[in-house]
Amino acid sequence: MEGILEYFMVNRGIIYMVILSVFLGIEVISHVPAILHTPLMSGANAIHGVVIIGAIIVMGHADTTGAMILGFLAVILGTLNVVGGFVVTDRMLEMFKKKK
Amino acid sequence: MNDVSQFSAGISILEITYILASVLFILGLKMLSHPLTARRGNTLAAAGMIMAIVATILFHSKDGEKIGNIGWILIAIAIGTAIGWVIAKRVKMTAMPQLVSFFNGMGGAAAALISMMEFPHVSSELIARTGMANGHVLAILLGLVIGSVSWAGSMIAFGKLDGRIGDLRVKAMKYVNLTILAVIVGFMAYIMTRDVQTSAELMPLIIILFVISVAYGVLFVMPIGGADMPVVISLLNSFTGVAAAMGGFLYSNQAMLTGGILVGSAGTILTVLMCRAMNRSLLNVIVGVFGGGGQAVTNAAGTIREITVPDAAVLLSYSKKVVIVPGYGLAVAQAQHICHELDKLLEEKGVEVKYAIHPVAGRMPGHMNVLLAEADVPYEQLIESDEINPDLPNTDVLVVIGANDVVNPAAEDDPSSPIYGMPIIKARDARNVIVMKRGMGKGYAAIENMLFFNDKTRMLFGDAKSTLQALVTEVKSL
Repeated sequence: MEGILEYFMVNRGIIYMVILSVFLGIEVISHVPAILHTPLMSGANAIHGVVIIGAIIVMGHADTTGAMILGFLAVILGTLNVVGGFVVTDRMLEMFKKKK
Repeated sequence: MNDVSQFSAGISILEITYILASVLFILGLKMLSHPLTARRGNTLAAAGMIMAIVATILFHSKDGEKIGNIGWILIAIAIGTAIGWVIAKRVKMTAMPQLVSFFNGMGGAAAALISMMEFPHVSSELIARTGMANGHVLAILLGLVIGSVSWAGSMIAFGKLDGRIGDLRVKAMKYVNLTILAVIVGFMAYIMTRDVQTSAELMPLIIILFVISVAYGVLFVMPIGGADMPVVISLLNSFTGVAAAMGGFLYSNQAMLTGGILVGSAGTILTVLMCRAMNRSLLNVIVGVFGGGGQAVTNAAGTIREITVPDAAVLLSYSKKVVIVPGYGLAVAQAQHICHELDKLLEEKGVEVKYAIHPVAGRMPGHMNVLLAEADVPYEQLIESDEINPDLPNTDVLVVIGANDVVNPAAEDDPSSPIYGMPIIKARDARNVIVMKRGMGKGYAAIENMLFFNDKTRMLFGDAKSTLQALVTEVKSL
């Protein structure tokens, strides 16, 4: 329990940021027209591909073969999320260009 | 966070880049919510992502060590990019929901892997001070659980949407899922209260936790079908966001935190909006049970009446107002273009044609909108169901093309129906109803649709594309 309280204290800056980000996320979504629900979901999907950064960090410090292999896999998976996500979203939005 | 002794140009550039990336994510997401700026928003977010990735590779430093194995990292990125790009470009628009689910699962898996690899490296100094009960370990465990659930669930959702996996409806499922959830929470608490010197000793527990989480992800999504699938995808999307944010906590990484939390909260709101549209509670969906639990009663349903293409063509051409209700069937038949041709022909004849879009028609929210946009249907012709329902009594013909559950009156009439309470398009209020279907098969919710047996309804059997083509030919000749 003490460990958790200590964590909150030390990282309170990050925690403020998290709270603000939650409100931000809510605000941004509240005025979306139904036409954009799917592309928005797809775009958000791509953005959480930021997990690739964690994969790069892990792989960047991998010191055993096992860690290298898993890290390699993690980076590929993260890249798939990022690239696949943004490309799919762009394809969906391409169709809105003429009239909207 | 970084203290003064780690201060160096590299770290500063990195942190500034992360701030920039975060801003671009926020701006990008904001711009994605307006039709005019949506595409640019996507590009901006992508730019932020690229900046964050490059800066990490060049400048990141953990405990004084910079990123190694750069060659292999670049190869992994190249492989992921090649595969991701090709899949994303090649796949048909109708498979978009599956694809979003698939890529979502990839992110979840990455988050779970990161947790699995970081767990053995929890500093023994930290453990000596607080035992395993600290924020660092909690972030790792949450990242593992949420990432695994998201990955497993997304893979099942992918399989279901692609038609490869069926539904599994067992009455006890609700209790099984709740139990597994309790086990997961209990297990996490167990791990955090172990008295050990190093975290590596507890690795077997991590593997077990992983397996249980995967099982939960599978069992969570397996029983769900029908109108719930869009909700599930949106929920899993936000889960992966939270899992990514856990990684952010782990590394005190600004970019991961912002990106992750933004998607976590935005995804949750989108999910809630969808649940509202279906008049069901989110808890109902999470606990993993579809509908009211009742079996739909199939009575001696009555007679159906058919209509021929020439008659339908006449009915449509001499109407004042026509409303088209598109559904998944339209998407599967890839008939959106020919449908637009028909509506243009009718408009030339002075018929007012509108499309009634139900929030969960198709396989994802906005699925029909995307499909019709591809066919160049102007978005002013797309009307949401609650806006169009009051107009239906004045509508001469309502044409249902490949939609089923969204026009099923059981949602209003039959309390034992799994879709009871869901707002629908009140098709039977229209003066005449034409239903285009391939056959008398049941919709995704697998229940009988009394609309088909209504006196005002005429069935027009056949593949949507060929039927519409035939209609176009007929209408042209009138």
